[in-house]
Parts: sequence; structure tokens; C-alpha cells
Amino acid sequence: MSHATTNHKMSAELEAHHHAFNDDKTQFGFWAYLMTDLVLFATLFATYAVLHNNTWGGPTAGELFSMPYVLVETMALLTSSFTVGMAMLAIFRFKQTQALIWFVITFLLGAVFLGMELYEFNHLVHEGLAWHASAFMSSFFTLVGTHGLHITVGLLWMGIMMFRIVKQGITHNNVRRLTLLSLFWHFLDIVWIFIFTFVYLMGAAAV
Amino acid sequence: MSHNNNQHHATHGSYGSYVVGFILSIVLTLVAYVAIVNDWFTGMGALLFVTTLAVLQLFVQLLFFLHMGQERGPRWNFMTFVFAGIVVFIVVIGSIWIMYNLDYNMTHKMTPEQLDQSIIEDEGLGEQGTSDHHHEEQTEHHNH
Repeated sequence: MSHATTNHKMSAELEAHHHAFNDDKTQFGFWAYLMTDLVLFATLFATYAVLHNNTWGGPTAGELFSMPYVLVETMALLTSSFTVGMAMLAIFRFKQTQALIWFVITFLLGAVFLGMELYEFNHLVHEGLAWHASAFMSSFFTLVGTHGLHITVGLLWMGIMMFRIVKQGITHNNVRRLTLLSLFWHFLDIVWIFIFTFVYLMGAAAV
Repeated sequence: MSHNNNQHHATHGSYGSYVVGFILSIVLTLVAYVAIVNDWFTGMGALLFVTTLAVLQLFVQLLFFLHMGQERGPRWNFMTFVFAGIVVFIVVIGSIWIMYNLDYNMTHKMTPEQLDQSIIEDEGLGEQGTSDHHHEEQTEHHNH
């Protein structure tokens, strides 16, 4: 058993080394995409910063959001950024079951985050504070909604990759794709730090 | 971070580096949260404090989760990140700077009635807004 695992690991590592150059290029290409996505988010942050006080007589960010609720949301996403790292460590050590368990935990934490966000959106719309209520609500829904859309895509991607691991095992192609997925997921957590800080914390501080 | 058994992958760390990054991120998030909820800082102080913590957490996650420090030269990932950072800085700070000065109606807290009043006064449409001295005063007031 352990002999077979070692052989599998060695051949996979050789193969990985062979493709290292192409993998570095793929990873750099994906990184370049993430950086352009960062610029996209920057324009939405700038829009929010300019429009967030334009509430048209409606409630401000500080009056609207429950801070403990947002903290739980933030902790769920932050923890999922850690667990996706744990999943990748298991992948690099060719521990399939362990990797799958970490990916399932990551997926559930991501789903909790997305569910809480959708609940909040739904609540706001029912309060009559949809995206057309004021410039503040428009910029809020665009910024936070774009992040939520990225999370949704990340969850779909993660679901497909978990299926592929079960079907195909830890192949070279799957390792490459999972590496990109983990970069994407860490990136989304970093964007959320700034949404948490500038939308929710600054809203509560009424700046 | 030192435990890196796959040399060809420059960008994955160890159990230890993830744990350290995770703990630091939680601490930074909680400090920012507790400081704001308990009103330790207000206004500009609050903005500076939480922005500093967010930027610190950005670097923690770049180092411990995205392993940016482990890249071998030429450091293309790092260079594109720096370039994107400059673009982000110009877009965000530039937009806030320009819009704050350009459109006094936008970045200030006003009810619809106050907004109407301020437009009437600043454009000299009402009887109250006709004197230049008064106009100056209103503009000064709005800039604060």
C-alpha cells in the first residue's frame, strides 16, 4: 500500500516537474486576470465611496446593517480561505480523502456566507430598499453583489472540482486547476476584507 | 514556510504558515470590529485605524495564504500586483478627491429638502441666495 503510494507520488512529481514551465505560465495568466478583477472592484469601491452618503432621506449604512451578523459572515469566509489552504496542502501530498473533506468544509462555509448575504439582500428588498431606492443602495448592491457573484462562481467551480477529484483522482490537470481555484478563493477573501472595512465598519462609524 | 517539498511549485506553503496567517487575520478582523462597535475612534481616526488594519491583513494574506514572498525572480506576479496596486490607488483616491471637490451634492449627507434648498441657494435661484457673500458661506459650509 505505502509502496504503491510512493510510486504514484514519485511519478506524479516527475510529471509535475515536466509541466512546471507551462504551469507557471498558466498560473501567471490567472494571476493577471485576478489583478484586472482587482481593478474592477476598485472602480466599484470608488463609486461606493462617492455615493454612500446619498441616501435620499433613507437609512444610512450604519442604521441598516447588523454588525454581529456581518462579523459571522466575515468569519465564515475567512475560515473558508484557511480551509481551502488546508485542502491544497492535502492535494500536494496526494491525500485524496483528506483533501475532499477540506473542500467540503470550504464549500459549506462559502455556502453559509452566500446564504447570509442573499438573506440580507432579500431583507433589504422587502424593506423597500432595493438597488433603485437611492444612489447609496445602487452602489451597495453593485459592490457587494459583484463579490457575491464571484463567490457563486467559485462555489460552482469548487463543486465541479470535487466531482472531478472523486472521478479522476489527483491528476496533474486537477492539481493545476485546483491551484487556480485556491488563488481565486483567497483573492475573494481579500476583497471581502475591504468590503467589511469600508462598507460595514465605516458605515457603523458613520464616516 | 520553510517546509516546501515540491520545489517546482513556488507558491504553496506549509501547515504552519496557514495557521499563523489565519490567526493573524482573525485577530486583525476582531480588533477592527471591537474598536468600531465600542466607538474607540470616530470620524477620520476610525477611517485611518480600520484602513491600516485592513491593509495589514491584506499583507498577512498575501504572504501566508498566497505565498507572495516565495516567488523566484523575475517576480512577475509581484510586479503585476504592484502595477494593479498603483492603478487601484489612482482610481479610488482620484475618484474620491475629484468627486468631493466637484460635486458638493454627492458626498455630503443631505435630505431631499436640504438638497433642494442648497441647490436653490448655491445657484442663486431663491431670494436668500442672491448675495455673493452668502453664497461663499454656503459653499464653505458644504465643504465641511
